[in-house]
Amino acid sequence: MSSYRELLEAVKTEIEEADADGAQSLVDEGAVLVDVRERDEWAQGRIPGAVHVPRGNLESRIEQAAPDRSRPVVLYCAAGNRSAFAAKTLSELGYERPVSLAGGYTDWQRNGRPTELPRTLGPARQTRYSRHLLIPEVGEEGQLRLLDSRILLIGAGGLGSPASLYLAAAGVGKLGIVDADVVDETNLQRQIAHSTDSLGEPKTDSARRRIESLNPDVEVVPFRERLTSENVERILEPGWDVIVDGADNFPTRYLVNDASIWHDIPVVHGSIFRFEGQVTVFKPGAGPCYRCLFPQPPPPDMAPSCAEGGVLGVLPGVIGSIQATEALKLALGIGEPLIGRLLLYDALSGEFDEMKLRRDPACPVCGESPSITSYIDYVEFCSGVGH
Amino acid sequence: MSRVRIPPTLRSETAGEREVEANGRTVRELLDDLMGRFPALRGQLLENEELAPFVNVYVEGEDVRTRDGLDTPVDDGSQIILLPAMAGG
Repeated sequence: MSSYRELLEAVKTEIEEADADGAQSLVDEGAVLVDVRERDEWAQGRIPGAVHVPRGNLESRIEQAAPDRSRPVVLYCAAGNRSAFAAKTLSELGYERPVSLAGGYTDWQRNGRPTELPRTLGPARQTRYSRHLLIPEVGEEGQLRLLDSRILLIGAGGLGSPASLYLAAAGVGKLGIVDADVVDETNLQRQIAHSTDSLGEPKTDSARRRIESLNPDVEVVPFRERLTSENVERILEPGWDVIVDGADNFPTRYLVNDASIWHDIPVVHGSIFRFEGQVTVFKPGAGPCYRCLFPQPPPPDMAPSCAEGGVLGVLPGVIGSIQATEALKLALGIGEPLIGRLLLYDALSGEFDEMKLRRDPACPVCGESPSITSYIDYVEFCSGVGH
Repeated sequence: MSRVRIPPTLRSETAGEREVEANGRTVRELLDDLMGRFPALRGQLLENEELAPFVNVYVEGEDVRTRDGLDTPVDDGSQIILLPAMAGG
């Protein structure tokens, strides 16, 4: 049986320690810097660039923070003791070069080396977003990132309703909503952001009220207008991280596509009809665009809208929720977004099919030698002229 | 024999059928067989005897435009999906 002192001494002979200079050069060369202290210590200051993996969660979370075991990992705690034990654990987990910072954060700070205060959520937000904080892929940093995110929704209808509500609930800090319509009785079978009380009211107002009552952290930026070639630059001007396209017409969809390429903003695309929905992500530079998939819109008689052909009320709930999911993944930078893949959902058969989408090198907007480089007359383009 | 999924926007041309069987060793032969039985589909799928630019055909999840277009070979039992653009939101 050994005492704590004896155990610590023994561990320190087995692991590699580095002083501040040594640790700094390892980090400069690409080592992962891991703070193994407790949450309250982390909240009072940290070494810039560190990721927080409390020692109690080290075994379960280190792979997330440092997936490559061949990359050196510099660990620190307050004085260099907990990080010594942590380094031993990492070598047992197969990490090739775990290094403990001798003297820890205390010496680092005393020697006048750079530190920073992490942003934290504060108690109320920690409670509101607790189920996100428990997910390692989101956590406090991810939640802060969501609160800083700006997502623009085109349409506050069938797709925009569930998408906006879930994005608001998730704590996306700024939601832009573009919609010129007022709430109509025929909308209420599926457009859950609106209600019987808001009949006749602009959808942007109705959605804004609902979102603000769901989550006061969210700033809603309403655009009570239809997206056009004339207003698109003004609407995009504030800067958006992701666009969620839930428009109900082809001219808007082609306009959103072209604008997103010229502004380098990923678009989460969803469309619905009767029992079927399509959803994919168009990320400029990383995959195909809407025009690569559909170079031309169908003649108007071949593509009836939901107003003409109907839609099962819950279908936009499924597709709009997938759009919200993809938008959150893009905002957080996690997972595999639906780039270059289109999900086709058939509610009647209860099946998803996945199709591969590829960039078209001859695409007039995102191809190698684009022929369309400024906004066109999208209504005319979609009216069947040229067919 | 292959199974062809008919999108909702084209079902009025196939008497409401959601999936129909068709024969052909290439996409062209297969569509010819299909349009022989459902003539109204022709105007919805082809333009100047080529695939219309607003329709995508997938063979086993791959867009035939990225392969050999209408000459893309079709194996017996392949799943074919006709995917038109839909605007609804």
